[in-house]
Amino acid sequence: MTDPQRLETIMSRYAGVAADLIPVLQDIQDEFNYLPKDELKVVAQHLNVPLTRVYSVATFFKMFSLEPRGKHLIRVCLGTACHLRGGQRLVETVGRRLNVGPGHATEDLQFSLETVGCLGSCAQAPLMMIDDKYFGRMAVDKVPKILKPYKP
Amino acid sequence: MPKFESMNHLEEYRGRLLSSRNPQEPQVLVCGGPGCLPMGSEEVAAAFQAELKQRGLNGNVVLKESGCQGLCAKAVKVMLRPQGITYQQVTAEDVPEIVEATLVNGKILDKFCYQDPADGSVKAYKSKVPFYQGQRPIVLGKMDLIDPTSLDDYLAQGGYQALQKVLGGKSPEAVIDAVERSGLRGRGGGGFPTGRKWRLCRQAPGDVKYLICNGDEGDPGAFMDRAVMEGDPHAVLEGMIIGGFAIGANQGYIYVRHEYPLAVKRLALAIDQAREAGLLGANLLGSGFSFDVKISKGAGAFVCGEETALIASMEGDIGEPHPRPPYPAVAGLWGKPTVINNVETWANVPAIMSHGPEWYAAIGTENSKGTKVFSLVGAVNNTGLVEVPMGTTLRQMVYDLGGGIRDGGEFKAVQTGGPSGGCIPKQFLDLPVDYDSLQSVGSIMGSGGMIVMDETSCMVDVARYFMSFLHDESCGKCTPCREGTKHLLEILTEITKGNGKEEHIPLMEELCDTMAAASLCGLGQSAVNPVRSTLKYFREEYEAHILHKKCPALVCRPLLKYTVDPETCTGCLACVRECPVDAIHGEAAEPQVIDQELCVKCGMCHAVCKFDAVKVES
Repeated sequence: MTDPQRLETIMSRYAGVAADLIPVLQDIQDEFNYLPKDELKVVAQHLNVPLTRVYSVATFFKMFSLEPRGKHLIRVCLGTACHLRGGQRLVETVGRRLNVGPGHATEDLQFSLETVGCLGSCAQAPLMMIDDKYFGRMAVDKVPKILKPYKP
Repeated sequence: MPKFESMNHLEEYRGRLLSSRNPQEPQVLVCGGPGCLPMGSEEVAAAFQAELKQRGLNGNVVLKESGCQGLCAKAVKVMLRPQGITYQQVTAEDVPEIVEATLVNGKILDKFCYQDPADGSVKAYKSKVPFYQGQRPIVLGKMDLIDPTSLDDYLAQGGYQALQKVLGGKSPEAVIDAVERSGLRGRGGGGFPTGRKWRLCRQAPGDVKYLICNGDEGDPGAFMDRAVMEGDPHAVLEGMIIGGFAIGANQGYIYVRHEYPLAVKRLALAIDQAREAGLLGANLLGSGFSFDVKISKGAGAFVCGEETALIASMEGDIGEPHPRPPYPAVAGLWGKPTVINNVETWANVPAIMSHGPEWYAAIGTENSKGTKVFSLVGAVNNTGLVEVPMGTTLRQMVYDLGGGIRDGGEFKAVQTGGPSGGCIPKQFLDLPVDYDSLQSVGSIMGSGGMIVMDETSCMVDVARYFMSFLHDESCGKCTPCREGTKHLLEILTEITKGNGKEEHIPLMEELCDTMAAASLCGLGQSAVNPVRSTLKYFREEYEAHILHKKCPALVCRPLLKYTVDPETCTGCLACVRECPVDAIHGEAAEPQVIDQELCVKCGMCHAVCKFDAVKVES
């Protein structure tokens, strides 16, 4: 369902040209936590770009999600340093604890699990983030304690 | 902060600012850099604030959160000025003790100081710590002196003096000449001479020109640009303003990856401060030159580090590269002449203009001048950010600065240049690092990631890892890259599963040749480096996987076998709880047994065993 007011507020910050497409989509995702289909149609009209281009951009870039995402975003780093220090095992552990695969949200929409190319704190590998908080030098046995405060 | 109307106005303000500051004032600088933030630096800073307040010291001691203090391995770092005492591994609980002993009673606490593993001596002062001794900080020079959210701090350290010098009497040509003479080359990895790029753009026909700072630091294992954007954002802005003056651009953009939210925040604040102070906007410092900067946030695509793809995404399109020429210096953003330089390149510009090109050119090697910031990570003891003169050897970085291999392990390789770089083996440890030498051994400088590997890293797995990354990030526009990364990944995956065949090696070599020659952009052309370099220097590891179905580094899961040593197993059941496939059986307090039929070799049991009872072999 579209929410004209919330979308209108976002669109009012921009000149309404095609070059605004990515920042507009970023703002929509910030506001709605994902890119709702109906909103994308309105964006295409407002910016006067074909809906195919909106979808092309929304599916090309990794940050955009066309599916609702969880309340908390868990990002596990799979950069080189993290890969060498067990980043893959960390993703598997988090996924198993929450019963969710990377790129998906839990059924109760409490969590989304994503992997990232690099979070840029390589000296503290392996690393993960929950929302804006970093967790460095992770180990699989630290996972339950870290997840606990975020659970409903 | 007043709005500076002229150079004199700014200089008067700086003079007043410096005379109002007491150089002997006690300062606590808690590192808020990329290494300390995940280790609780915010909590440490909050603890200092509370403790100073409680003791009524908050009027006498200045508390700041600084940029990266370098030695990330010893997070959380705290710098105490004016003495220059550097404390390490500080937690919030340690703060009352530090305040009492060091700030109040002037006593140095050895337990928070770096201890030299060579002779056990305690190094309280930064200047004595070996990690810092081989460094030549230019870009990182202000990191542990300033609060990155304070324009006053930047001004007090001589900030925007280079800009004053430029606007106060240099012609754009003279600035370009100086940058050319300094020998500065692009720090994003390509190494194109910066001055020449600026000259091409200045000479390109057109009234409207643009300037872009590339902060899309996508190379996994590299975080120097993040540290600079977060820790010294005004240096980036100052470099850009000088660049804008030189090429004749009035608008600049900083393209930052969205994975760096703090960098976006710090840059946005710095831009606001600079606008308010008249350092951005119309008629800067009364010079008649106008320049402004906007932030453009990336949306998560590695290929957007490539300049033509970056421009495409700034124009609201998917990040697909375009063939060059035309180069962006001639036809870039909106078809206008555009200079794109990386964060670190821009941050070098103020220092070059302040100290002169000859000063800069005296540092480094014949064809690579100045310093380079590296993120020294992986299997070294002292992980962190280092800035060294070009020409510093790998051995100096790994052993003198890096403190050698952790856990007494053996050096196997150092990976430079991210997914576009290669793995450099032991025989090149004495290689002086610069653009050309790294290329001569099959790697590249790249943005400065330096990942050290020991015998626990499997080089076939490393090649597979990078190929998986590149296959995922290939934009799909050109066939050699799209299909080449796919097939290389398939072959490498088969080899790591034990299904490798002897003919796979020549097949991969052939694929690499085609991709390097025929791919559209740097991503595909250099995607072959991790494969080529490991095939060249670590062929015996490929052969172990292909011929003997063994992974000597014990990394490639399908080739491993996990067993429990009944002598050491205490039956604590930690592994049983963690096993995802219920493959471990046995009574509590009795030795456990792994069912080899069920085991998926994920290594969870090995990771959680506190008694080292889970054995792995290949």
